[in-house]
Amino acid sequence: MTDVNPSVPSEGADVAPARVAPAPPAPSSTQPEVPAAAGQHRIDSPEPDPRAALSLRGLVKTFGQKRAVDGISLDVPVGSFYGLVGPNGAGKTTTLNMATGLLTPDAGVVTVHGVDVWRHPLTAKAQIGVLADGARLFDRLTGEQLVVYSGLLSGMDRPTAISRTRDLLQLLDLQDAAGTLVVDYSAGMTKKIALAGAMVHAPRLLVLDEPFESVDPVSAANIRDILGGFVSGGGTVIVSSHVMDLVQRMCDHVAVITGGRVVASGTVDEVRGGADLEDRFVELVGGRRVQEGPEWLRHS
Amino acid sequence: MVAALVRLRLLVLRNSFKRSVGQLVAVILGGLYGLFVLGMIVLGLFALNFAPTELARTIVVLGGSLVTLGWAVLPLFFSVEQTLDGPHLSVFPIPLNKLLVGLLVSGVVAVPGAVTMLASILTAGSWLRLPGVAVIALVCGVAGALLCVMLSRAVTSAAAGLASGRRFKEAAGILIFIPLILLGPIIAGTASSLRHSANVLPSLADAMSWTPLGAIWAIPSQVALGDPLGAVFRALIGAATIAVVFVVWRWGLARSLVTPVHATSRVRASGKLGPLGLLPGTPAGAIAARCLVYWFRDPRYLRQLVIVPLMPLLLWFYTTFTHVPAIVFAAGPIVAFLLGVTLIADVSFDSTAFVLHVAKGVPGRADRWGRAFAVLVFGLPAVVVITFLMAALHSEWMPVPALLGLSFALLLGGLGVSSVTSAVVVFPAPAPGDNPFKTRAGANTALLGSTFLSWGVLAIVAAPEIVLLIVSLVTGDMLWGWLCLLVGVVLGPISLAIGVRLGGQVLDRRAPQLLMQLRKDA
Repeated sequence: MTDVNPSVPSEGADVAPARVAPAPPAPSSTQPEVPAAAGQHRIDSPEPDPRAALSLRGLVKTFGQKRAVDGISLDVPVGSFYGLVGPNGAGKTTTLNMATGLLTPDAGVVTVHGVDVWRHPLTAKAQIGVLADGARLFDRLTGEQLVVYSGLLSGMDRPTAISRTRDLLQLLDLQDAAGTLVVDYSAGMTKKIALAGAMVHAPRLLVLDEPFESVDPVSAANIRDILGGFVSGGGTVIVSSHVMDLVQRMCDHVAVITGGRVVASGTVDEVRGGADLEDRFVELVGGRRVQEGPEWLRHS
Repeated sequence: MVAALVRLRLLVLRNSFKRSVGQLVAVILGGLYGLFVLGMIVLGLFALNFAPTELARTIVVLGGSLVTLGWAVLPLFFSVEQTLDGPHLSVFPIPLNKLLVGLLVSGVVAVPGAVTMLASILTAGSWLRLPGVAVIALVCGVAGALLCVMLSRAVTSAAAGLASGRRFKEAAGILIFIPLILLGPIIAGTASSLRHSANVLPSLADAMSWTPLGAIWAIPSQVALGDPLGAVFRALIGAATIAVVFVVWRWGLARSLVTPVHATSRVRASGKLGPLGLLPGTPAGAIAARCLVYWFRDPRYLRQLVIVPLMPLLLWFYTTFTHVPAIVFAAGPIVAFLLGVTLIADVSFDSTAFVLHVAKGVPGRADRWGRAFAVLVFGLPAVVVITFLMAALHSEWMPVPALLGLSFALLLGGLGVSSVTSAVVVFPAPAPGDNPFKTRAGANTALLGSTFLSWGVLAIVAAPEIVLLIVSLVTGDMLWGWLCLLVGVVLGPISLAIGVRLGGQVLDRRAPQLLMQLRKDA
C-alpha cells in the first residue's frame, strides 16, 4: 500500500529534482518498505517503532488550561513525504516542536530513526532538519553567512560548510542574494534560506512547519521540487500545512490532527477514501457552516 | 473614541497584573512607592505655606523643570506603554485629533501620569494664603502635567520616526542619542559648578522660569510676588511650548501611522563571510563570530557599545566639574563591568532565532563560550586602552595595575555570571529591527530582578580584587597593585570558566523552556 519511491508531481516545473545534493544515503531507501510499518496497526503498541523515520507515542502537552496535544501517536515511514494537516490551533506546531526537541513534552516518547529525541538530543538532532514556523532567523547575517553559521553549529568543519552552502544556494536559486542581509529578503526567500539552513547538515529527516506559508507559487513549486528530490534521495519529509490541495498533490502519507488528537492517518489514498482530501478533511474536523453571514455584511 | 482608548489603557494595565505573580508584586511595590513619594511631595507642598514666597518659587520652579525634563528624556531609555502607540492603532479608522486626545488622557491615567498630575495640581496647596494664586496654580498644574505627558509622547514618536526612517542608518540612530546621554552630566556639571557660588538656586530658578521647561511652573509664584507682567510673559512661553510640543507630537504620530517601524539595511558583497571566516570553525567560534557581527551591526547591541567610548568621556566631564581626578580612573572598571553584564540580554536579543541553536543541538558550553568570547574580543582591548589612556591623561601610573586587575575581574567575572543568568531567564527585549530604545512591557521587572542578583554575585566574585585595589590605594604601596593584577589575571578566567560551564549545563537542560518563553514574548 505504500508507494516506496514516491514521485512527486512536478507540474512541469523546470527544476530537475534529482540533483538534490544534501540527501544522505539512507539504508532503507532502496529496499521496499514493509507495508505494516506505515499502517496504524502498530500504533497501538506503546513502544515507538525503531524502523520509522519518526515515531511518536502518546505525546501530551498542556499549556495552562488548554491541552494543546492530547496523546498523539504517529509513525512516519522512512522515505515518505508526510503531510500533517489540521485546522488552526489543532496542535500541529506543538507536536512538531516536541518531535524535534524544541519543546519538552509533558508525556510521551519521540524517536527519530530509533533514537530517543529527549534522552539523546544531540544524536537525534544531528539527523533532523527543522524549519520552525514563525521563528525569526539571525537576519542580520547575509544569506550565505546564515547557512554557513547553521552548518558550523551542526559541528561540521568550515570548508564543508562553505561548499555545502554554495550548493544549497545554487539549488535554491539564491546565489544572487547570497550577500544580502536576510532581513532584506522577501518572505519566499526567507523560507528558502531557512530551508537551506535546515538541510545543510544533511539530515535524514526534514521537519518543516508551514513551509509554504506566504511563499509565492513559483517559489513554492521550486521548494516542492527540492523536497521531492530529497525524498527520492532516501530522505523523509514531514510538512505541516493547511493547504489541502498542496498536501494531496505533494505527500504520499497524511495525518489529520484536530483538537490535539490524530483523527486519521495513513497513505493519502487511505485517508481520503476516494473523496477529495479537502472534503474529507472538513468532514473529519467538522466546523463547516453553511450560511451567508450577517445581514449588515451584505452590500447587494 | 477617547473613552474607548482610555478603557483600553486601563484594561491593559489590569491584564498586566494577571501575567504573573512577580509582576503583580512589582506593580504593588511600585504603586506603594509611588504613593509614598506622592505623599511626601504633598506634605512638602503644603509645608511651603509657612515658607517665604521666594523659597516656594525656587522649589516649585526647579522641581517642575526637573520633572518636565525627566518626562522628556526618560522615555528614551525606559518603558513607555506600547499598546497605545501609533503603529498599533494605525489599522483603526480613528481621526488623528481624537487619537491625540485619547492618547493624552490615557497617558494621564497611567501610573506615572497620574502621580505627576496629582502632584502638579496639589502645587495649589502651597498657596492657601492667597486663594487667587491657588486657582492659578491649579490651572498651571494641569497644564504642566499635560505638557509632561505630551512631551514624552512627542519625544518618543519623533525619535522612533527618525530612528526608523530610511535615510537614517542604524548607527546614525545611535549617534543621535549620544548628546542626549551626555545631557545629564552637562546639566549636573553646570549645576554643581554653580552651587559653589552662594545663593545660586534662586537665580537658577529664575533662569529656568524663562525656559520652556520651567515657565509654566513659575506663573503662580510670579503673581504672588506681585509681578503680573512677568506672569503673563511666562504664560506666553508656556503656551508656546505646549503648542510646539503638540505640533511635533502630531507630526510624529501622523508619521508613525503611515511609516512601519522596521529599519532597512544595505546589501553587501557576496562571498564575504566576515568574522565567520576568521574565527575557529567550531560551534563556539561560529557563535562568537555571529555575536561580533551583531555587536557591530545591530542597533540594540550598538547602543551598549557606545558606552565604551562614552563612559570615559562622561567621567572626564565629572572630573573637570568636581575637580576630583580619581573619578576618571573608574572608567576602566566601569566599562569592564557594563560590558560584562550586558550578556544578560544576549539570548533575549536573539528572540526566537535562538531556535536555530536548539534545533542544531548546540552544546550549552559552546553557546556560552561563543557569546562570552565575542565580548572579550573587543572588551579586553577596550578596557586596557581606556585604563592606560586615563592614567596618561593625569600622568598618574600608580593605580594602573590594580585597576587592570579589577577590570579583568569585573569583565571576565561579569561574563561568567551573566552566562549563568542568561541561561536561566529570558525577558521581553526589543525585537530585532525595532527601535533599540523601546522597552517591552513587562521587561523591567524580570530584568531588574536578574540584573540585581547578577550584580550581587559579581560583587562577591570580584571581592578579592576590590579589596586589593582599596588596600593598594590606601597604603600607596605598588606591591598591592601588582598583587591585584595577578589575582585578576588568575581569578578572572577561572570565574569565567566556571560560569560558562555552569551556564552551559543549565542551558542544556533549559533550552526548550527558554525557547518557549521567547516564543511567548515574541
